[in-house]
Amino acid sequence: MLTAILVMAGIAIALGAVLGFAALRYKVEGDPMVERIDAILPQTQCGQCGYPGCRPYATAIAKGEADINLCPPGGEDGVKKLAELLGVEPKPLDETHGVTKPKSVAYIQEDLCIGCTLCIQACPVDAILGAAKQMHTIIASECTGCELCVAPCPVDCISMVPLQEDLGSWKWKYPVFRLKQVG
Amino acid sequence: MELQRFPGGVHPEEHKSQSASRPIHAAFVPRKLVLPMRQHIGQPAKPVVKVGDHVLKGQTIAEADGYVSVALHAPSSGTVTEIGLASVPHPSGLPDLCITIETDGRDEWAARTPIDWRNTDPAALRGHVRDLGIAGLGGAVFPSSIKLDPAGGPPIHTLILNGGECEPWITCDDRLMRERAEDILEGARIMQHLLGAERLIAGIEDNKPEAIAAMQAAAQKLGLTIEIAAMPTIYPGGGGKQITKTLTGLDTPSGGRTTDVGVQVFNVGTSYALARAILHGEPLISRIVTITGHVLRPQNFEVLIGTPMSELLLHAGERDGTTGIIMGGPMMGFDVPDMDVPVVKATNCVLAKSKELFPPKPRELPCIRCTQCVPVCPAKLQPQQLYWFARAKDLGRAQEYHLFDCIECGCCSYVCPSHIPLVDYYRYAKSEIWAREKEKRLADTARDRHEFRLFRMEREKKEKAERLAAKAQSKKAEAPALSTPEQDAKKKLIQEALARAQAKKAAVAPKNTDNLPPDKQAEIAEIEARRAKIVEIAKQPVEPEQH
Ligand code: SF4
Ligand code: SF4
Ligand code: SF4
Repeated sequence: MLTAILVMAGIAIALGAVLGFAALRYKVEGDPMVERIDAILPQTQCGQCGYPGCRPYATAIAKGEADINLCPPGGEDGVKKLAELLGVEPKPLDETHGVTKPKSVAYIQEDLCIGCTLCIQACPVDAILGAAKQMHTIIASECTGCELCVAPCPVDCISMVPLQEDLGSWKWKYPVFRLKQVG
Repeated sequence: MELQRFPGGVHPEEHKSQSASRPIHAAFVPRKLVLPMRQHIGQPAKPVVKVGDHVLKGQTIAEADGYVSVALHAPSSGTVTEIGLASVPHPSGLPDLCITIETDGRDEWAARTPIDWRNTDPAALRGHVRDLGIAGLGGAVFPSSIKLDPAGGPPIHTLILNGGECEPWITCDDRLMRERAEDILEGARIMQHLLGAERLIAGIEDNKPEAIAAMQAAAQKLGLTIEIAAMPTIYPGGGGKQITKTLTGLDTPSGGRTTDVGVQVFNVGTSYALARAILHGEPLISRIVTITGHVLRPQNFEVLIGTPMSELLLHAGERDGTTGIIMGGPMMGFDVPDMDVPVVKATNCVLAKSKELFPPKPRELPCIRCTQCVPVCPAKLQPQQLYWFARAKDLGRAQEYHLFDCIECGCCSYVCPSHIPLVDYYRYAKSEIWAREKEKRLADTARDRHEFRLFRMEREKKEKAERLAAKAQSKKAEAPALSTPEQDAKKKLIQEALARAQAKKAAVAPKNTDNLPPDKQAEIAEIEARRAKIVEIAKQPVEPEQH
């Protein structure tokens, strides 16, 4: 009985030490400003801003190295929010990095797919399923619509399909504002 | 019993006598029934039949998908002719997934099994409630099985049967109480059993004396202990929080539900449907609907779910000059996209419009800050402020002013001298906030998945490096071959597959890019150029990392 308790206690202490060490060793040095900027970015991870993902762009903004209007998926709305956070004047989106498009998801034409795995390697959020020489398919709910998988496909079987509005995603519209002419 | 007065409220013209005087018309079987999968709050039901299947009345055609969902049943016997998108009664006018049944006119029942509820485990009983398709018939269509689960909240001491029916024109609950009070009370008994509530109260507005009398008589006959209260007729006295205040004096906290103060509220129609389901094995396949407004014979009908509204209009005597249909009442209802949409579980009223009864709304004028909207708001909000923020799309401030306590009753728009469709602004603001929250959740998952991918790639790189190092150790002596026969074979395979796929693509996908206007072609050329550039970039050798 006593040995059992001792063994259990020993294991608990050892695991605790490992966890404690891991917490210190792998502590993420989060910069609160980067976090807050990253929270505004849309996380499409498309790289259109010229950085390899949203977080690197957030870091660059925080350091003052990048302008706030480079992210097309975030659109004007995103620029406005960034401007508000950083206390600067909002500016129009820099269209040399692309234009804001309606949200789409990638679609693989499965009868054409040769199973080359190139798209899997391109997908920033692991939203493509498939193994070598097997047909691949997109997990639509995880796809951010970044389009990065489209170009690498050697047989051009991936296309972007704009998301259709349905009853689940429908929103009440902003009321049409009609004012009567007075006087 | 002492009644309390909830804040705010208005007295719109009642228009109830038109339909209340005639008895409930028995159900008729239309040729075609269209059943949307999304008739309740939560996950849409999942179809379990195929096109061509023959179904019996009461047979399950779609099952509940998860906890917040209910099943759906065939309202009459016939053949499934279609499972696909069809027009549904929804303010968006968007179609939704529906099962269409061509009826055979025999109206043949499937087996019905009454449930011995007193000797059934509560969880199993709630499962039956869900699988028999019961959802709140007062308009919110929330799955009843969840509302009947007292776990996880404060104990429920009071169950309220809501017979308020405060919206103008609507009389379906009134007729139901007059004609079928016993079943309503039987259902209440089952609810009380599941909730463990000591007190049972029925609240009925005092403009329905016959209903009050019928409920009292039925309670006496059944020997049921229930307090039946005649409430003053004030719109929106039938709102869940309002009836709770009137009957128990308890105030529901901001952002909370009536269950937070130990009160659960069920519409009398839901209680009736529950009794039919548990005591007779009849799933929710029909409901009472008021057909009124611009028709020859306004009346309440027992209607099979899925019956096209246009057929109901024919039965009630369609009149020339019908300009459309409101589902629900004039205060909280909405215009349906076309007259052929089906009656659903939430349809308490089909209100035919004409230019005389519902003249086009006067134009919206600027808010003059008269604050007439403030005292009528039953949620004690400041509608003019909410409007201001919603109009300016300042969603954060709207939320600070308790936007989500708004029950969308429309009292504020009703009194507004500037005819501002205030509720439309609140609905817009609410759904915008929900959409943003959803977007935020999606972005958070994307961030997590991206970070995990970076972590995974780092790990794989390390593992590969270790493997290579080990291999190099063991193979030190051997000179590395430039390309092994194995690799050559693999390359060849890829080449072949590529050629095959390209041939296949040429065959299956004829180019639709010919004969396009020059602007489209320019656009395509531009996209192709961009693609080529990206491929070019991708081909460039990656700089070896400096260590
Ligand atoms: S452009 Fe793409 S990668 Fe850059 S911040 Fe926007 S979504 Fe993220
Ligand atoms: S619609 Fe909302 S704001 Fe207007 S009176 Fe009703 S609860 Fe108050
Ligand atoms: S009633 Fe209409 S005009 Fe008056 S304060 Fe309210 S919103 Fe403004």
